[in-house]
Order: sequence, then C-alpha cells, then structure tokens
Amino acid sequence: MDFIVSLLAGTIRVTIPIAFAALAGVLSERSGVINMGLEGMMLMGSFFGVVGSYVTGNAWMGLAFAMVSGAVFGLIMAVFTISFKCEHMLAGVGINILASGLSIVLLQMIWGTKGKSGIVEGLGIISVPLLNKIPVIRELIGTVSPMFYILLLCVFLLWIVLYRTPVGLRVRVIGDNPFMAGSMGVKVYKYQYISLMAAGMLAAMGGAYLSIGDINMFSKDMVSGRGYIALSMVILGGWHPVSVAACGLIYGLAQSLQFRLQTVDIPPQLVQMLPYVITIFVLVFARNKSKAPAMEGVHYYQKGE
Amino acid sequence: MKALNRIKNQIMKSEVLLSLIALLLSLLVSSVVIVIAGYSPFEAYGAMLDGAFGSGYYLAQTVGTAIPLIFSGLAMAIAAKVGVFNIGIEGQMIIGALPAALVGTYVTGLPGWLHLPLCILAAAVCGGLWAAVVAVLKNRLRINEVILTIMMNYVAMYIVDYLVNYPFRAEGMIIRTEEIRPTAAMTTLVAHTRLYSGIFLAVGAAAVLWFVLKKTCFGYELRAVGSNPDAAEAAGINRKKYVLWAMLISGALAGVGGAGEVLGFYGYYISNMTSGYGFDGIAIATMGRGNPFGTTLAAFLFGVLRNGATGMNRSTSIPGEFIQVLQALVILFVSTPGIIRAVQKRVKRKKVKKEAA
Amino acid sequence: MYAVEMRGVTKRFHGTLANDYVNFFVKKGEIHSLLGENGAGKTTLMNILFGLYKADGGSIRIHEKETRIDSPLAAISQGIAMVHQHFMLVDTLSVAENIVLGHEPRKGVFFDREKAFEKITEIAEKYHFQIDAREKVGNLSVGVKQRVEILKALYHESSVLILDEPTAVLTPQEADDLFRVLRGLKADGRTIIIITHKLKETMAIADTITVLRKGRTIATLPAREVSEEKLAELMVGRLVSFSVDKKPLRDNRPVKMKLSHVTLQKGSKKALQDVSLTVRGGEILGIAGVEGNGQTELIEVLTGLCSRYKGTVTVGDRDVSRAGAKKLLNYVGHIPEDRGKRGYVKGYANWENMILGYHTRPDYITKAGILKTKAIQEVTRRGIEEYDIRTDGIDQTTDSLSGGNQQKLIVGRVLMHHTGIVLAAQPTRGVDIGAIEYIHTQLVRLRDEGAAVILISADLDEIVKLSDEIAVLYEGSIVARKPAADFTGRSIGAYMLGHTKDEEVQA
Repeated sequence: MDFIVSLLAGTIRVTIPIAFAALAGVLSERSGVINMGLEGMMLMGSFFGVVGSYVTGNAWMGLAFAMVSGAVFGLIMAVFTISFKCEHMLAGVGINILASGLSIVLLQMIWGTKGKSGIVEGLGIISVPLLNKIPVIRELIGTVSPMFYILLLCVFLLWIVLYRTPVGLRVRVIGDNPFMAGSMGVKVYKYQYISLMAAGMLAAMGGAYLSIGDINMFSKDMVSGRGYIALSMVILGGWHPVSVAACGLIYGLAQSLQFRLQTVDIPPQLVQMLPYVITIFVLVFARNKSKAPAMEGVHYYQKGE
Repeated sequence: MKALNRIKNQIMKSEVLLSLIALLLSLLVSSVVIVIAGYSPFEAYGAMLDGAFGSGYYLAQTVGTAIPLIFSGLAMAIAAKVGVFNIGIEGQMIIGALPAALVGTYVTGLPGWLHLPLCILAAAVCGGLWAAVVAVLKNRLRINEVILTIMMNYVAMYIVDYLVNYPFRAEGMIIRTEEIRPTAAMTTLVAHTRLYSGIFLAVGAAAVLWFVLKKTCFGYELRAVGSNPDAAEAAGINRKKYVLWAMLISGALAGVGGAGEVLGFYGYYISNMTSGYGFDGIAIATMGRGNPFGTTLAAFLFGVLRNGATGMNRSTSIPGEFIQVLQALVILFVSTPGIIRAVQKRVKRKKVKKEAA
Repeated sequence: MYAVEMRGVTKRFHGTLANDYVNFFVKKGEIHSLLGENGAGKTTLMNILFGLYKADGGSIRIHEKETRIDSPLAAISQGIAMVHQHFMLVDTLSVAENIVLGHEPRKGVFFDREKAFEKITEIAEKYHFQIDAREKVGNLSVGVKQRVEILKALYHESSVLILDEPTAVLTPQEADDLFRVLRGLKADGRTIIIITHKLKETMAIADTITVLRKGRTIATLPAREVSEEKLAELMVGRLVSFSVDKKPLRDNRPVKMKLSHVTLQKGSKKALQDVSLTVRGGEILGIAGVEGNGQTELIEVLTGLCSRYKGTVTVGDRDVSRAGAKKLLNYVGHIPEDRGKRGYVKGYANWENMILGYHTRPDYITKAGILKTKAIQEVTRRGIEEYDIRTDGIDQTTDSLSGGNQQKLIVGRVLMHHTGIVLAAQPTRGVDIGAIEYIHTQLVRLRDEGAAVILISADLDEIVKLSDEIAVLYEGSIVARKPAADFTGRSIGAYMLGHTKDEEVQA
C-alpha cells in the first residue's frame, strides 16, 4: 500500500513539468507551429527560475523570471518560424541548442561553474486545508508543490480559452487553415505570436518546476528530453488540453516507477531507459494522428509577401 | 576577367553565399551577446582563431575534429535528402562505436588489413540497423521521426552505458572498454593529435556520396523521393525502399564516424565519447545545404569552432560553450531564407546605386 | 454611381508585373464580369481589393469614398466580401462557426455559439438557402459549400461580393442555381464581381464586362454589345479557334485496355463501384464527373498507383491488375491531374524531370545504374523544341517555369515515351489559352495516330470538345456511357448530378 501511494505521489510530481510542456505543445500546434523548441524553452525556465530566485531571494520572483524567459524564447521561435519562414523543425532544434549553450555560458558567469548552480530558495510545498487531513489524499494532492495547482488552473484556462472564446476559435482555425482565417480578417500573425509566447511561458513554468519546484538548483541539461516527450503526449492526447495533460500521467508513472526500481538490484541504466522506451511505444501506438491541426508546419504568407 | 565575373555571379546566386552570409550574421549577433556578457568580441574570436590555427598542433587537432563531424554531417544530409529529419545521429554513433571497440578487442589473430575493415563494418552494420528501425516505423506508421530519434538517442545511450559499465568494463577507475588490438587501430597522422587516417575515409565517403547522389539512378530516385514523394511514386519509384536505404546509409555513416574515434583516437570505447558530434551534424548539414562537399567544408568549419572553443577556455574567461550559441544561430540563420534574401537584396540594391552614381 | 473604382493599380511579384496600371470601375447594383485568361492578373487585382495583397501603386474608391484597404478586415468593414476559388472553409467546424469567424457573437468574454446558430439560420432562411447551421462543413457537397461562402458575405452585410471562378467546380445545373442566387442578390441592391475565364457564363450573367490581358485593362463594355468571339479575341489578343480538327474515327480501333468490374473500397465507402471500361486505339474516351466522384481513384487504378481493388485491368491480353506503378508506366503514359503533386520534382532541372518515370529505360542508364547524362540532355533539348516549352534551357528548374510550360513539359514527356495508351487527367488545368490549344491539338494528334487517349476532366467543355466517347462518373459508378454525339452538355450535367432516370435527363 505504501509502495503504491508513494508511486502515485511520485507520478503526480514528475507529471507536472511534462504536463506544462504538453499544454505549451497543444497551444503552439493549434496555432499551426510545430514547436520542437519546447525543450529549450523548458531549459530556459529551469535556469531563469533559479536565477530569479537567486537574485531576488524569492522563489515566486524566480517563477516570474522563468515565464519572461519562456516568453522571450517563444518570441524568438515566432520570429523565425512565422516572420522569416524558417522550417519549424530546424528552428526548434536551433532554439534548443541556443538554450543549452546560453544556460551554460550564463551559469559560468554567475556561479563560475559549468555543471550546477548553487542552492536557491525554492517554491516549497503547500499544505491544503482539509485535503491534508485525509490519508492517501494528503500524500497525493494534499501536500504538494503549488505548481500542481497552478497546472490544474492552466489546464482549465487553456481549455476554456480554446473551446469557449472567440480567441480560441480563431487560434484553432489558424492551425487548420490560416488562409481561411486570414480571409476572414483575422490577424493570423498576431495570434500565432501570442500563442507561441504563451506557449513559451507554459513550457518555462514546467522547466521552473524542475529546478525551483523540486531540487532548488539548476544543473546542466536538466530537462533531458522532456520537451520532446511532451510533444509525443500531445499526439497521444489528440491536441486537447485536458486529455493531453492526462496523458502526461503515463510518462509520470513510468518515471516514478523508474525511481522506485532504482533501489532494486537491476543495473540503473536499464531502469533509466524506461520512460524513453515507453515514449517510443506511445508514438508507435498513438492512433490519434488524424486529429492533428491540418496545416501545422505550413508557412502562411500575409499580404502577398 | 569575364570568367572571373562568371564565377562571381555563380557565387552570388549560389547557396554557398547564403551559407556564408548566415555565418557572418551569426558571428555578428554572437558578438553582441559577447559584449552584453561583458567580454570583448575581438578577444573572443582572436582566442578562437588561435585555438584553431595557432600552431601545427592546433591545426592538426582542428582537422582531426572534422573527421567525426564529416561523418555526422553526411549522415544528416543523406537522411534529409530522402525527407527524414534524423536527429538520432548521436545515438547511431555510439551504437556503432561500441561494436567496433569490441571487435577490435575480442577478435584476435587477424592481419591488420582484415581486422580494421572488420571493425568498421561492425560499426556500419550496427549503426545502420539502429537507424533502420526509424525507417521501418516511419514507413509503417505516420510517425514524428524527430521525437522518435531523440528518444532512441537516450535508449542507445543507456544501452551502451550499461554494456560499458557491466559486461565489457575494463579494469581500473575509468569506465571504458579494454584497449583494442594494434591490428584494429587506424594510423595517427600527427603524433599526439586527433588527426588519424580516418580523414581519408571521411573525405572519400563524401566523394562517393556525391557521385551516387548526382550521377546514378539510385541517387536520382532517392532525391526524387525526398523532394516530391508523390511524383516519385507516380514515376514508379518505391518510396519506402529509399527511406530505408537512406536511413541505413545514414546510420552506417554515423556508426563509422563513432568507430573512427575509437579506432583512431581513443583506442577504446569510453562514455560520452561523441560529446555532441551527432548534434553538430544538424548544423553542419544545414550549412552544407545537403551537398556532400558543402557538408565537408562545413564540418571543417565546425572543427575550427570546436577547437576555437577549447582555445577560448584556455586563454579567456569566456566559456567555450559559447560556441553552442553561435552554432544555434547558424542553424537558425541558414535555414531562414527570408533573412538571407533580404540581406542579399540590400547588398544588390546598394551595388546598383553605386553603379548608377 | 460607382461601387468600386480602382485607378492605376500596379502590383509586382518578384520583378514581374501582375497588374500594370489597371483601371477597374464597377457600377452599384450590377453584375460585373472580370474576364481574362489564367495569369492575366484578375485574381491579383481582386486580392488587392480584398486587402490580401498590398498594391505597389494606385488608388481605390469604395462608394465614392477614397479608402485604403490594407487587410481583409478593412475590406470586410468596407462592405466587401470575397468567395475564393478554393473555398476558405474548415471542414471540422460547423457551418455557423465558419461564417462568424472573426466577428463572433459574444456573451461576456465567451463565444456565444447558440446565438451564432440562430443568426445564421435566420439569414439562410431569409435567402431561401437550405443549410443546417450546425452541420459540419466537411459533410457538405461542393455546391452547398459555396452557399456557405456566400452566407459569409451576407452575414457581414457586404454590399460588394467578389466571386473567383465560381462555376469551376459546378455542374451546369448547379451553376444555374448559383446564377439565380446572384440575380436575387443583385435585386437586393448588391454589387457582384465575378472573376472568370469562361465566356459562356460571362454572357449568361454579366451586365458589364472588363477584360484583362497580361496585367492590363483591355476594355470595359456592356455585355449586350459584344459577342463571344469578340471577347475571346480581346482576352487572348488574337483570333482563337474554338474547334479542333479531328479526323473521322477510323474503322480499325483495337481494344488497348480494359477495366472489368473494378470496385475499390476506401474507408467505409466505395470509391469505385463495378467500373467497366473499354479503351480503344484511335479514340478519345472522356470521363466526365463532378470532382471527388472517383476520378482520383480511377486514375490510381489505371496507373497502378493503387492495386487494392477487386476486378481486373488488362492491357492487350495481359492482366496488369497487380503489376504496380512501375510496370504500368510501360503501358500507360500518365499526365497527372495535379502537376505540382505528381507531375514533376521540385528542385529538379528540366532534363531531370524530362525522364521522370522513364529514367530506368536503357536509353538513359547504363547497366551499372549510372545516368547517361549526355543522352538525357539531348532528349530534353529535342523535347523543349518539339513541344514548344519556353525555358532558359535544360538546366533551369522546372518549378520556376510558368504553369503552362510545366504542363507542356509533362505532356511532352509522356508523348515522347508513350507506348500506345495515354491517360490525360485535367490536362489543361490552370494553363493559359495558348497552352490549352496546344495541348488539345497534341491529344487529338495522338488519337489520329492510333493511340488510345483517356481524358479525365472537370471541364465539361473540354470533354465535349475532344471526346469520341463519354462516360460519366457519379459516386464511383459509371452512370452513362455513350458516343459523344449522343450527349448534350446539359444531359451530361444531369448525369453528373446523379439524375440517372431518363425523364430527369430530358427535363
């Protein structure tokens, strides 16, 4: 019983960053941009979360720093993919290498090392009244990182915006057919820029959880593929915020199982492989591909450029 | 003079120029970052050039670094030619490197002319088959190969790590395999440097690849598949076959690139040996615009950057990882025709004005 | 009183003039046809009026007021609406959502879906459109989709409505319905601009006609005062022959290819149903039908691109049902329906595209698999000359040619290598009149020489003009098959709509 509770509690914890990034993926792809740069945006979030917390001494300011950095990287992605028509995949890979290089350069400048930052103030754990009284529930969601509740809020908000507001309708149409949206007077570029910047923020929040929400420091390349994993969850979840976030739990379970198996006498490398193998299976068996926004990755030209 | 003009025009129009402009832009933007970070760009680039060309030793190192980079660039380029975005090269390199080391260590009693090629063959086969998994999945299912290859990189890394840590670990503190037999080793061309005879293999591979792509029916069909799969299909070309072949070749090239480091430089397999060569391949192939010779040149350039980074680490306080920033910018700018064309137009317009004046 | 005045409008694309100081005036409440052949600059001009393109020069007045239209939003707020040739609709959304996009009814910050349904239903009823506002657009037929596009204009209460080639995808009957709707809108006081290259429909509906040629305004005249012949001359700049000279059918017409009971399942529905056809040498077999009724699948069967069907295909007395695309290329020359998709490889030089599909012939490669570049280039030079392909040379990339010349290259390629059967799918789509005439002549020559030609086309005029025998495809079945002389354009139209009973066809 204890094993299962701790497994599930672990699952929720490791799902948080993936789910944030997956939401970012949903938003980007709905607006027509294949966002391979999530990995880099998360990394920036992790790094600037720590920087913000280090500079101000306040972890929440760290989160704000992270979000700003994510928005900036979303903006860079937007400039290259939307305005300059860079192939989306390449732009994403470029963004990721940029983030990786930049984080190490800045790490060296601020902390004088290339591996890890110092320990900073973290976001800590909140204890929710009532929920923290009930056994099992307490371990799962009663005493958790505040980022868990922020995540729930973001899932809800993204769902509302995409499916219940005019803005969401426009974003969805842009992903399916930007030319149609443009012909109806919708400012396609504007919505794509905003979507990518918001996606950058979401991804950065996921990244920030990894650093200031969990181990309270930054270490080189700490995102280790989560951005890409999140994208596969987007496919599995059929580009819908709620189901995509829920799909993150699959990865979470694999990862959580992995942590717990490390104490067993199996070579650690074989255990650490698990989340990645599971992601490959997800990719192979996800049967949702027809729900993909019809024109993601297509370059849209405004006004006879 | 006329001939010179023609050559000039050719360059003006060609992709070479686009890549060069992109490189200049990247250097420019990078200097801005350097200045903001509080360093002097002159100092930085000076240290870089010194690290790459400052002495015969450095120069040999630079050329030597290009060897795995040529292989990874070519691997990326051939996959891209058929329309597969293979960022699994890093994994394919180590999946090829380990078998090369094992064949080099545990197969005994062979003469050098047989032992070394056998090691290379082992690397090519393993790397190729690993990459072929991607082709098979892509052919059967509509699958995002970028995510797939990235995930396979991690899987490859953990599998090889496991093998090096447990069954094949050599005695001693360092986690590595046993030393390979002398019969399996490539010749070092300049003592104590990375420059080994693999350079001939790399340049040779580029030449062969160019010939195959440009001059043979195989290359004709392969390029058609990558550029317009529907037209290729209507022309009776088997798309899946070529996706498979391209990935086999891509993985084999990557594997051989990894094996070269084992057989020519280290003499054994050691963890993290490829240190990002596979990812560099993306930028290299992008910059070489898929042309094997362009890719080879770009690989040399990245050899310069990598050794320049070492130089920067040595003589300045700017971290060498700064080169990653530069590299990212190269990818972004080279693959962004919009910016380049705008710059080109401006240059042309200025020229026209000048001529008018 | 003018609704639209465009003066001196100029637009350049990469150095070529698409609109060269164009003047275009439309009176309020008239139906005005903007006539010109492909590439004359009609669509460019209208895209400028609708704010999709920015003009390099010139001025626009709407309802006698100088205005700047720099986005579709500005155009919409000026009361201008545009129905694009390729419908601007999202299949996965409802009719109402498609229509209100950009100007959604709201409840607070939320999108008021119910209100949208109500409003669209109301407008549809007012104009007697039978459309369910809640239906997903993906489930609608082409004609109804066009209604949805028109509803967009009515929703925005537009006073000027631009339609780009509105009848391109319609049967004659559907076109009649459309014209009735347009006349209704005109009676309502709206101004209508129709972009077209079809003379017949211009004569049928327009009050005034403006002819564009090579980006310039040639003339603006009242429709009553001109003849079709005169318009054609204005459009092309020379006399145009409407007929093709065909030799009489020869007596000896051997069976070249045969389809027997071909049925093809695609998803849950039958894309082709029990199709049997006989193709004879010295004959052009026309396949008519509204697009999406199995043409693409039929092409895939005939070329071996698809072999998952029931039934058999024979060439001569050889069964080629499972032969595959590569083998069938030796029997059936294929001019694809979408040249950008299946016709040529982007980035390939003309000499590389000239042998595409025939590149494995011993003329072009050595036994070792190496391309005989010299021989290929020689063939290409001959082809360029023989088929009048306007290009800088064999090294120019095919994608940088004009549409007409791309098509001529493809036609040339097939005619140079064919072995007695040619499948021509939409052979003149999107090419200028010169190229159309040329391609038609080549197809007829092919027939006169004894080859079998299968012509699949959405252009009814083309089918009627060229075919010796016509088969009509409707929902995957051949619903009529007779000698061309036994059909009229109108009766083919009826079959295309699925009216298979004879009395309906008569009516």
